[in-house]
Amino acid sequence: MESPRVTSKNPVVVVDDVHVTYKVFGTGKRVGRSIGSWVKRAGLREIHAVTGVSMVVHEGETIGLIGSNGSGKSSLLRAIAGLEPPTKGRIYATSTPSLLGVGAVLLPNLSGEKNIILGALALGFNKKEIESARESIIEFSDLSEHIDLPMRTYSAGMSAKLRFSITASKSHDILIIDEALSVGDKHFQTKAQEKIIQLREEAGTVFLVSHTMSSIEETCTRVLWMDKGKIVRDGNPKEVCDEYTAFMENKNGD
Amino acid sequence: MNLSEYAISHGLKEIGVRPKFWSYLKQTWGRRHFIFTRALFSSESASSQTRLGRWWLVLTPSIQGLIYGLVFGLILGDLRPDKFVPFLVIGVFLFSFFSGSLSGGASSLTSNVGILSTLSFPRIALPLSVVLRQLIDFLPQLAILIPILLVFGEQISWSWLLVVPVILLLVFLNAGIAMIFARVASVLQDITNFIPFMIRILFYSSGIFFELDRILGNYPELLSVAQLNPVYVILKLARGVLLSDGQIPPDLWITASIWSLGTFAVGVVFFWRAEATYGKS
Repeated sequence: MESPRVTSKNPVVVVDDVHVTYKVFGTGKRVGRSIGSWVKRAGLREIHAVTGVSMVVHEGETIGLIGSNGSGKSSLLRAIAGLEPPTKGRIYATSTPSLLGVGAVLLPNLSGEKNIILGALALGFNKKEIESARESIIEFSDLSEHIDLPMRTYSAGMSAKLRFSITASKSHDILIIDEALSVGDKHFQTKAQEKIIQLREEAGTVFLVSHTMSSIEETCTRVLWMDKGKIVRDGNPKEVCDEYTAFMENKNGD
Repeated sequence: MNLSEYAISHGLKEIGVRPKFWSYLKQTWGRRHFIFTRALFSSESASSQTRLGRWWLVLTPSIQGLIYGLVFGLILGDLRPDKFVPFLVIGVFLFSFFSGSLSGGASSLTSNVGILSTLSFPRIALPLSVVLRQLIDFLPQLAILIPILLVFGEQISWSWLLVVPVILLLVFLNAGIAMIFARVASVLQDITNFIPFMIRILFYSSGIFFELDRILGNYPELLSVAQLNPVYVILKLARGVLLSDGQIPPDLWITASIWSLGTFAVGVVFFWRAEATYGKS
């Protein structure tokens, strides 16, 4: 494990030797004749998603997380957002980091407009703020014609636009952006990218997960490469991304 | 200096730990609009796909009452309580509010994993909004109760107003039960398979369609145990204030208050104690 960087700048997030373990019911055997184990206690498996991560994040940093699927990026970020308590270790922050995502709370049977209210309340807007936020969310979503229709009648792209518009309406001190934010048509994608840049500027600190090296290099000031639940590289975006790309190409070449 | 000491010395707060009790209550109060709106909207959402929409909120328990009334009215014969129809309807309507809160509360965390893994707010908002939604669904039933009582010969009376504190006691009882079962089910999801049976047992032991003291008159021990059941106590109160010859033993209000406020208090503390674990998959 690399030693965490401790400098004179103000820390915003401190992660101290964090482990995240999932308990999964499963026999651990391959599919076959398994008449036994009716009570699945014996088959309890532990999955170590994050195995001992430490780091210090400072004001103004934009941290990129890279690594293959299942390397523990999302688990680590959920732990940092306080949504998944670490099995071991501690996490500190100046304020609770927020994950960018509001989709789960929306109700497909209700109109886009009602979902905007519900989503905004879930994000922590108060009643007054919603009044002013509502109009701008509708406008940003490009959905003003359909906003009184039930969300279930929306196409996949339209719902994605609405979800993004609600989610991105609130600025946060510490922001976590996990993967795929390229939603909607070309026009909306450009708008969404600009919105993210704006959110990033408003937020003091940003964590960004992506598989697109160019966007990581472009936007991040520091990159962490995770593999098997550990941070294997931590440093300058260009260097870490290059090394990662070379590593992956090498792997594919085998 | 290790990392934790370094973080604390810079004034950072630990993430993913349970907040102090009072600040938890304060945070929950701050989310009251979310709790209420979610309750209102999910009620609306559930009835938006059917032609009769919200009428089902009244129709379902009415049909249920009709079937139970026919079946048990015949079986019980002379053991039928007086004013059978109003007696039964009050029982069925109030019980559906209770059972909806119990089963909805138990699944309020387990069926919302998506919310738990993306949004942070006091988790108690989820079981509370389930109970509030059940209350919203219950109000039309309460409204239809008035014409039913009038049709079956009851006179409008000031004592009907006392149904408001009775319903409030039921709300607190339901919320307490919902919070307790939300936490239990989050640890042991198997419990959700057992809940329909629990509801059945409570249904038959709370005196929905018969009077406990008439049926269990020969078993005084069993009767005194069955009379402790909070659902029974609240049903008896509701019938006492709504039916003209209803009698309310004075200690019944006290028993009901202890049950519902006690369950609520226990529920809040019990739920809060595991706050930090609810996101755990």
